Amino acid sequence: MSDLEDLYREIILDHYRSPRNSGELEPPAHKAEGFNPLCGDEIVVYLQLDDDNTIADIKIGGQGCSISQSSASMMSAAVKGKTVEQAQELMGSFKGLMSIADKGEELAEPTPAEIRELGDLAALRGVVKFPTRIKCATLAWNTLDQAISETQSAD
Amino acid sequence: MTTPDFAALKKDFPILQTERHGKPLVFLDSAASSQRPQQVLDAMDYAYTHAYANVHRGVYGLAEAATNAYESARLKVARFIGAPDSSEVIFTKNATESLNLVAGSWGRANLGPGDAVVLTMMEHHANIVPWQMIQAEKGFEIRWIPLGDDGKLDLTELDTLLDGAKLLSVASMSNVLGTINPLDQLIEAAHRAGALVCVDACQSVPHMETNVAEMGADFVAFSGHKMLGPSGIGVLWGRMELLEQMPPFLGGGGMISNVTTDGFMPDAVPSKFEAGTPPIVEAVGLGAAIDYLESIGMDAIRQHEIELTAYAMRALSERLGDSVTIHGPSEPSERGGVLSIDLEGVHAHDVSQILDSHGVAVRPGHHCAKPLMKELGVNATARASFYLYNDTSDADALVDALADAQSFFAP
Ligand SMILES: Cc1ncc(COP(=O)(O)O)c(C=O)c1O
Repeated sequence: MSDLEDLYREIILDHYRSPRNSGELEPPAHKAEGFNPLCGDEIVVYLQLDDDNTIADIKIGGQGCSISQSSASMMSAAVKGKTVEQAQELMGSFKGLMSIADKGEELAEPTPAEIRELGDLAALRGVVKFPTRIKCATLAWNTLDQAISETQSAD
Repeated sequence: MTTPDFAALKKDFPILQTERHGKPLVFLDSAASSQRPQQVLDAMDYAYTHAYANVHRGVYGLAEAATNAYESARLKVARFIGAPDSSEVIFTKNATESLNLVAGSWGRANLGPGDAVVLTMMEHHANIVPWQMIQAEKGFEIRWIPLGDDGKLDLTELDTLLDGAKLLSVASMSNVLGTINPLDQLIEAAHRAGALVCVDACQSVPHMETNVAEMGADFVAFSGHKMLGPSGIGVLWGRMELLEQMPPFLGGGGMISNVTTDGFMPDAVPSKFEAGTPPIVEAVGLGAAIDYLESIGMDAIRQHEIELTAYAMRALSERLGDSVTIHGPSEPSERGGVLSIDLEGVHAHDVSQILDSHGVAVRPGHHCAKPLMKELGVNATARASFYLYNDTSDADALVDALADAQSFFAP
């Protein structure tokens, strides 16, 4: 697989073309905006928590490239219904994936363990071969992190 | 003068002989920073090897040689931009610093509540943020000349916007739209209203004849790295009467005539504005870049870029039809060789990634002009920009790569 095909896997393009959970939530849902100052990508995360700290609903707004948009879509699908703690754990795993140094051929396919843990998100691992795009892939997660902090400070 | 052979110029630029992803580099990002010819690299190499010491202070031969080289670069810049007096040429680190100098020195000394500075909606952040920083301190008003049709400024309310303003600061050419602004009209109107004019000439000085005396502006800023020179050097030209009245911008060595425990006396212009060790070898490189540009001729360069821009615009619309939008003026002679491209269904960042795999270097993003991008209703474009070393084969490579990006992302 070429680096480019590895970057733009079919599943990424699918999330880009039909983003999951796109839209807005009205207050009291929490809202956070993230910007990628390099390229102008914007992500808005709307977050609705239950009393037991479960992500009852999440919506994604904003605009950006296929990597930032598909990452946001995958992120929203992955954290919906999870507790905040579980979402934060997933964030840690995802950021870990993004900080893997170039492993050459090994990068071509996600390991079964990664697939189990990250699901569709593992498809984004090709991004690490393109360092300038890592910020695109992590933007949604950083924005989710901000939104979570907002819910905590609001309490 | 015979027409220069632009196709042969590429061989002067070592980096243009290199490959990216196994394909010849097609460099279309000169609006961000140009490449430099061997002549510039050699001049800088020679200066470091044979004529380097700090300037202005040593009495030994080498220091004198370095000072002469630095000062003769100032003379070259002055001649190149038609400055009446070479002391009006101030070396800075880039156009951003030049504009900060105008805002920080002239602006801080002359602006206050009740005053206004007029900018346009197509300014680079370098001609917005310095004014906003001084505004936060001094509390004047910033007014904006709006965008009109075809990527041009809407000047219908110009006189009202300039009424009572102290300064108009405007780009000579937009780095996003390529629009060449009507400086004659703008400067005439501003001066009639009693306002000074600062021109951000970053995108025009490298590409067309500039004569600051004929232009009639009060300040003109540009960068060396966009005109075949090295990074780390910029220029501010200003009218001597103004520069003489302005307080220093940065303080330190080189900008004083005397210092005591009680205070300092600034030196004369231009030293007053050149605190610390200046970009010495960068000035030499910029001088060599000017020699190179002059050996080709600025009018010939402008003509070449108009033809190449027209060719590329035609090829893009023939190949990609309505799925491609090029922001800015539709008439090539009214714009520079800067094409901000929207490709339907493909984000600028992805466009640039696919183009890179073809060896084609373009820039995605907001190009440091976020207010303009908001006005255009886009958050990013892919920008291809031409310079004297580009030719129709580069435009063809751009169009081929864009067609590939489109089919790659086709649903
Ligand atoms: C119109 C315009 N103004 C200002 C700048 C800032 O130039 P520099 O980054 O060299 O200071 C640029 C370059 O990016 C520009 O295109």
